[in-house]
Amino acid sequence: MSQTSTEQSPRELWEAALAKGRVRDTDFNTLSGQEVKTMYGPDDVSPDYDENLGYPGQFPYTRGVHPSMYRGRLWTMRQFAGFGTAAQTNERFRFLLEHGQTGLSTAFDFPTLMGYDADDDISLGEVGQVGVSISSLKDMETLFEGIPLEKVSTSMTINGPAPVMLAFYIACAERQGVDPALISGTIQNDILKEYQAQHAWLVPPEPALRMITDVMGYCAKHTPRFNTISISGYHIREAGSTAAQELAFTLANGMEYVRRGVASGLDVDDFAPRLSFFFDSHLDFFEEVSKFRAARRIWARKMRDEFGAKNPKSWMLRFHTQTAGVSLTAQQPENNIVRTAIEALAAVLGGTQSLHTNSMDETLSLPTEKAVKIALRTQQIIAEEHEVTNVVDPLAGSYFVEAETDRLEADAEAYFKEIDERGGVVACIDAGFIQREIHRSAVTYQLAVERNQKKVVGVNIYDEGDQKPEIDIHRIGDHVENEQRARLKELRANRNEAAAQAELAKIRAACDTDENLLERFVAAAHADCTLGEICNVLRDAFGKYKEPKIL
Amino acid sequence: MSDRKIRVLIAKPGLDGHDRGAKTVATVLRDAGMEVVYSGLHQTPEMIAEAALQEDVDVVGLSILSGAHMSLFPRIREALTARDMGDVLLTGGGIIPEEDMTALEGDGFSKLFGPGTRTTDIVAWIETAVNERWAREEA
Repeated sequence: MSQTSTEQSPRELWEAALAKGRVRDTDFNTLSGQEVKTMYGPDDVSPDYDENLGYPGQFPYTRGVHPSMYRGRLWTMRQFAGFGTAAQTNERFRFLLEHGQTGLSTAFDFPTLMGYDADDDISLGEVGQVGVSISSLKDMETLFEGIPLEKVSTSMTINGPAPVMLAFYIACAERQGVDPALISGTIQNDILKEYQAQHAWLVPPEPALRMITDVMGYCAKHTPRFNTISISGYHIREAGSTAAQELAFTLANGMEYVRRGVASGLDVDDFAPRLSFFFDSHLDFFEEVSKFRAARRIWARKMRDEFGAKNPKSWMLRFHTQTAGVSLTAQQPENNIVRTAIEALAAVLGGTQSLHTNSMDETLSLPTEKAVKIALRTQQIIAEEHEVTNVVDPLAGSYFVEAETDRLEADAEAYFKEIDERGGVVACIDAGFIQREIHRSAVTYQLAVERNQKKVVGVNIYDEGDQKPEIDIHRIGDHVENEQRARLKELRANRNEAAAQAELAKIRAACDTDENLLERFVAAAHADCTLGEICNVLRDAFGKYKEPKIL
Repeated sequence: MSDRKIRVLIAKPGLDGHDRGAKTVATVLRDAGMEVVYSGLHQTPEMIAEAALQEDVDVVGLSILSGAHMSLFPRIREALTARDMGDVLLTGGGIIPEEDMTALEGDGFSKLFGPGTRTTDIVAWIETAVNERWAREEA
């Protein structure tokens, strides 16, 4: 049988079969609404291996930041936790460490996140509700009692008042007798995404960015093992963005911090190695894996080629991942275990350095101990049973994953260009551009679910009517607020008032000069100044932030 | 009376910054032909009640994901009553456990919506409830 010109090629045969074949009446776009083809092949990928992929641990790090990835060391299993009083959260921390967790991650309540003391009027009803209430160095000491800060790495999710909270942490280490040079961990300290998505700010962008460069400068000198910013796409994604927007806005924010650091007189290689990232891992498995790979490649290229960083550590994008809170459903909550497991697998195959898996009950309340344990065990099962840690970046070379990685990089580049043309990230925040882009995507997704274009099991498909979930609820009692108020009263009564006031006055003076504010905050922490007192000085000096209306 | 537009205040009480739901609902209600005012974030009960009065709304919709609903929602209801706006249709949603929803619904709140609610259900419910009130007022 010789081949003739009339005979069809395998590809043509496939295309013909495809055209005749049946197609389900459903939406085949990515979760972000991106059209994808039925199949990907060699024509869809850029073939330059060294340029675009390279080897793990080598530029551009598409395949991972370590040569052996999880053969050398598993990711850090880091469950975000915090509620009630410092003593209650300390107990949860110890519970997690006893069950094999390898790092801590602190969730603060809203008054703390907004820089108010637990006894401020505005805090009424919110103390200890969604995180732990920390108003002073004393609270911080209670939070880490019996936990050696030179051994356990700690992540703290706080942004507006982050420099003050970091000062409490450094002072806490000093009181434990630990050299601050030995503490390791991460403070989120990513204020730009607060204006864009999460909205726990303290002062307007310019003074907030000045405090961030103060943190970079101070930490480069005194706490070289502490990550000074966790540049976070998580909240941008949870607020409704697409995968490409999460990638683009997060990296645009990252580049803005680098510009500010350099402008403040630091050498890029002095602070860039301490920048870390934080991404969402959402439902769309391949889009997410590709997003993580694209993020590493973009950052490496920007840092080396645009910012002139020489130290490979400055090129490496290291990141924490959390599974998608917004993908959880209140309906049939046990199903959330499955969603979370698959999202966690995407993070692992995307090469994450640390991971938080959500608990099944988080659309109902803060998680119970049982739910948290299942979430942690999910990570342990992925790490120990599924054999997915044996091979580095195992999805590399998949035509689809490589094409998605390229597509996401191109989408992000288009946003970088637009943000530049609009005057940069801060101008885009002031004009509400980024907020509006995120909002538009959120509405688009919601409508796709309501039109059944995107399916949610238990919500718009396989639902069980009005059946209410039978699940335990973790409640925070009123006693927390009362206890915190009493502790603060006692603190203020027992401190050296003149010394505390003197430290607050020094902070106020430093706001008008270029003195490093973090140095002042550490001194104020030791004088038992409270979070709210220090933040009130900052609000007074720098003004409050007013959000642009974007509806 | 059919051209009378329903006026709605969507408000975010407390310190929580999660506004995805509030803004999505506000957009959908506006697209459904209602006049919608969005309060912005970090509103105190007094600020919300004052805005409801100034904007002369028929409906106040609260969005909360901070767990402070049992403390803030009743204070908002009281602040509305103090401004003679006790008859405004008071609703809301967020991360609110079932038993708290039931308690609040017995305490001046018409209906509360949880995660997974279709916005079309919210639109339909508001239209029905407000039209019933208007019909009663006319009768």
